[in-house]
Amino acid sequence: MSGNDRDLPPPITRRALMLGGLQLGVIGALGWRMRDLQIKQNEHFHFLAEENRINMRLLPPARGLIHDRHGRLLAGNRQNYRIVMVREQASDPELILDRLAKIIDLPPEDRDRVLREMQARSAFVPVVVQEHLTWEDVARVSANAPVLPGVIPEVGLSRFYPEGWNTAHVVGYVGPVSERDLEKLEDPDPLLQIPRFQIGKTGAEQRLETDLRGQAGNQRIEVSAAGRVMREIDRVEGTAGNDLVLTLDQGVQDFAMQRMQGESAAVSVIDVTNGDIIALASSPGFDPNSFVFGISSPEWNALLNDEYRPLSNKTVSGAYPPGSTFKMVVALAALEAGVANPGETVYCPGFSQLGRRRFHCWKRGGHGSVDLRNSLAHSCDVYYYEMARRVGADRISAMAHRLGLGVRHDLPMPAVTEGLMPDRAWKKERRGEAWTVGDSFNYGIGQGFTLASPLQLSVMTARIATGLSVTPRLVHTMGGVEQPVHPMEPLGISARSLNSVRDGMYTVSNVPGGTAYRSRIDVETMEMAGKTGTSQVRNITAAERAAGVTRNEQLPWNRRDHALFVAFAPYDRPKYAIAQVVEHGGGGSTAAAPVARDILLRALYGELPPMEAYPSEQRSSIEERWIELGFMEPEPVEADPA
Amino acid sequence: MSMMSDTRRSGPSGLGKIFALNWPLIVLITAIACAGFTMLFSVAGGALDPWARAQMIRFAVGMIAMVIIAMIPIRFWLYMAPVAYLFAMGLLVLVEVMGHVGMGAQRWIDLGFILLQPSEVMKIALVMVLAAYYNWLDVDKVSHIFWVILPLILILLPVGLVLKQPDLGTALLLVMGGGAVMFLAGVSLWYFGTALAAAVALVTAVLKSQGTDWQLLKDYQYRRIFTFLDPSADPLGAGYHITQAKIAMGSGGLSGRGYMQGTQSRLNFLPEKHTDFIFTTLAEEFGFVGSTALLGLYTLVIVFCIFSAISNRNRFGALLTGGIAVTFFLFFAVNMGMVMGLMPVVGVPLPLVSYGGSAMLVLLAAFGLVQSAHVHRPRIRD
Repeated sequence: MSGNDRDLPPPITRRALMLGGLQLGVIGALGWRMRDLQIKQNEHFHFLAEENRINMRLLPPARGLIHDRHGRLLAGNRQNYRIVMVREQASDPELILDRLAKIIDLPPEDRDRVLREMQARSAFVPVVVQEHLTWEDVARVSANAPVLPGVIPEVGLSRFYPEGWNTAHVVGYVGPVSERDLEKLEDPDPLLQIPRFQIGKTGAEQRLETDLRGQAGNQRIEVSAAGRVMREIDRVEGTAGNDLVLTLDQGVQDFAMQRMQGESAAVSVIDVTNGDIIALASSPGFDPNSFVFGISSPEWNALLNDEYRPLSNKTVSGAYPPGSTFKMVVALAALEAGVANPGETVYCPGFSQLGRRRFHCWKRGGHGSVDLRNSLAHSCDVYYYEMARRVGADRISAMAHRLGLGVRHDLPMPAVTEGLMPDRAWKKERRGEAWTVGDSFNYGIGQGFTLASPLQLSVMTARIATGLSVTPRLVHTMGGVEQPVHPMEPLGISARSLNSVRDGMYTVSNVPGGTAYRSRIDVETMEMAGKTGTSQVRNITAAERAAGVTRNEQLPWNRRDHALFVAFAPYDRPKYAIAQVVEHGGGGSTAAAPVARDILLRALYGELPPMEAYPSEQRSSIEERWIELGFMEPEPVEADPA
Repeated sequence: MSMMSDTRRSGPSGLGKIFALNWPLIVLITAIACAGFTMLFSVAGGALDPWARAQMIRFAVGMIAMVIIAMIPIRFWLYMAPVAYLFAMGLLVLVEVMGHVGMGAQRWIDLGFILLQPSEVMKIALVMVLAAYYNWLDVDKVSHIFWVILPLILILLPVGLVLKQPDLGTALLLVMGGGAVMFLAGVSLWYFGTALAAAVALVTAVLKSQGTDWQLLKDYQYRRIFTFLDPSADPLGAGYHITQAKIAMGSGGLSGRGYMQGTQSRLNFLPEKHTDFIFTTLAEEFGFVGSTALLGLYTLVIVFCIFSAISNRNRFGALLTGGIAVTFFLFFAVNMGMVMGLMPVVGVPLPLVSYGGSAMLVLLAAFGLVQSAHVHRPRIRD
């Protein structure tokens, strides 16, 4: 058989051609597919390829700086060295973290958090391991890079507050944006999506957040499939946040904080000529930097449980019964209503009888006959029971509002209190009871329902000093644009009434016998006019009064009276108004007035006041205190030997 | 064995054999291999190492082997066919017993200088043994049921072993390669019709068996099949490879993004870019022009092989040449179809281009056989 085959053509020709045809058909299909993908759908796939390789990254802008009126930095940005870790590049994250812990301080809870976060996110997402590292730490990590795959040092900007404690309440602080912030803000700014992006949490940082934050820039980077950055394609820098200049004088602020050390106290100093807030200090302070770094929970609890309430901004949020500092308001209301004359006297037997109730004057024996000047100088309560009875709650309330009490002043801080300056309608509405004469008596001496913040009291004092509608201003310049001073309109209070009240205030702190005579300023051009106040935080029962009122020193701290003092200076050409509250400090004349006087002098002199400003008999004790507070060297050094 | 007298009578001898080589085929193979070096250089980021240099050395070694094989008379390879088959079967059993574990499947034997993939060897050995079988068998008997079952057993034995590895792609290539030789030998078309019907039934069974106790394929193989059917369902999981490969190819456009400018491959979006997915890099960087040019080179290899087979009056040589051509065709068609999203990802390298010693050497040895058949073919008498 095989012999016959020899003459035949190979039988595979037909089948080979069939198979070849089939193959060519498949090849044709492949070619067609290539045309389809590469020619027809080219644009589509080209777009996808670009999308694949190009990632957008947000560049956080530099947050606006905050300065005081003299250019001292209150809130700045500094380089924040941190290390991040990428799971994909770290062969064995636990091992790497163990190694890292030997190089830098890495608490076990941070280690657990990092492992958790890395599990929860994509393999290529960098997870922050540690922030706020020192340059030395970063250098050590970099030096050990070969045994730390996936560990990457980064540098970013982080907020810091060089003045720390002394401006914490005004400037506030920033912290990492939280889920709650995101819900609350309804802010579409993509920056907030950056993990651990810092936003203002309180104070000006919070209220002026949008101005300070700035605009995000972006960076287009080419990435590999693993998410690794290969190169930067282009970059659009963001716009830095607006810089802020506050009206604060940090020198005065520092002095005030030092002067109030050890007390739960608050002071507000206003420039009466334009409403600029010179100092707004609440003691004790706290360190805002510890919030930026992430506060530890013992530290946080200590702040919360401190009965001196360091986190509270008492100058604007604290509402206190103004006590006798309110007497100018009552006097002005009565004078303007025409129900009293400055020269008219009221007899003070030490109490005022109202039906069966007896309203006491602070001086048990009474002041005898007192006119307006003496009523202020000696702070006679009976005089003001009478004035309040005559003029009535509604007119007192109206005058209080004209003087800036019971009004929420618009300052860039959270929880600015409105205080309370009640009238008859208020009591009817809120308590469902009619206003009584007894309520008016209490109103007359700034007790009862009456509440005001140190800020409001300083505004009140400034308005009495000028007769103009002084309105507080905290932001001096925003992004290079000076913020307008609120127009100062006359309050419509007669000069005669104002002068009578100012004269009384002058007597308080300049005439022997005045309640603040000890706290006078002994420089003729800077004489201070003030008013002391002591507000009760408890009721004194008849039995206690009979047995003799318990002295403040014998009471537990939190039941002692609040000490208050308001003043303006210089008397003949007012520049600054001050309101001082020392919580549970006792009497206004002893606890509040000296502190306020010192702070006022510091503002007036623009530096540590010379000893000549003080009454001669106090100089040695004041010098001692200055040395104690660190304002002065024990042995004064001659500045200029020549 | 009447062919022997023909060979003796008209075949070239000595140096003459060098001139009798199928030179166009050698040029084509070299051109394709050079395209491979170029791409390996590119995916290494413009470096000879780690791939291009090693591949060149293997190609040089393979070319020498090819010429040596070509010089040896085809009669010798006819005798060697059963030996090669038994050798390849032995290797397949060996990997089954003590295979080197890699890529989740036992496929290699470490020979020290090369990781030998027995299934690659089997692709050629199977074609050899079937060609020898049909050379021996009377042409009249090829469609007889008994003489059809014998070659089927020869095909299904290695297929079974390869499936066990498991390597679905290679198993299918073996079936198709073997089938092609049977087809060329003139087995009745009825059998092929029946086989096709059986294949359809088998696919149905495979799909139906998923999740049952007698599941026929591994889970990942099912995943690949389903991913192929709908790659968009899981764009970052299993479908990622196909999606990224299509993006790479499509973004190449008409003339490509330029040599070493392909962002998809440079930025590691492409998987296994130096092996199975190397075609996507070529298509991305050289565009439609580049990809069709390579396809054209492959087509010419097939065309030259078919002409060689048709003109060869030695039945073994003709069947061998035709079978190897089909095996070669299956390599590049399945690989290209896979990266272009026409077929499931089955793990078949692009012949002569993908990095890999085993496939390169086996393919060049196979072309050595094609050359031997060409050199020693009995000429058609005038």
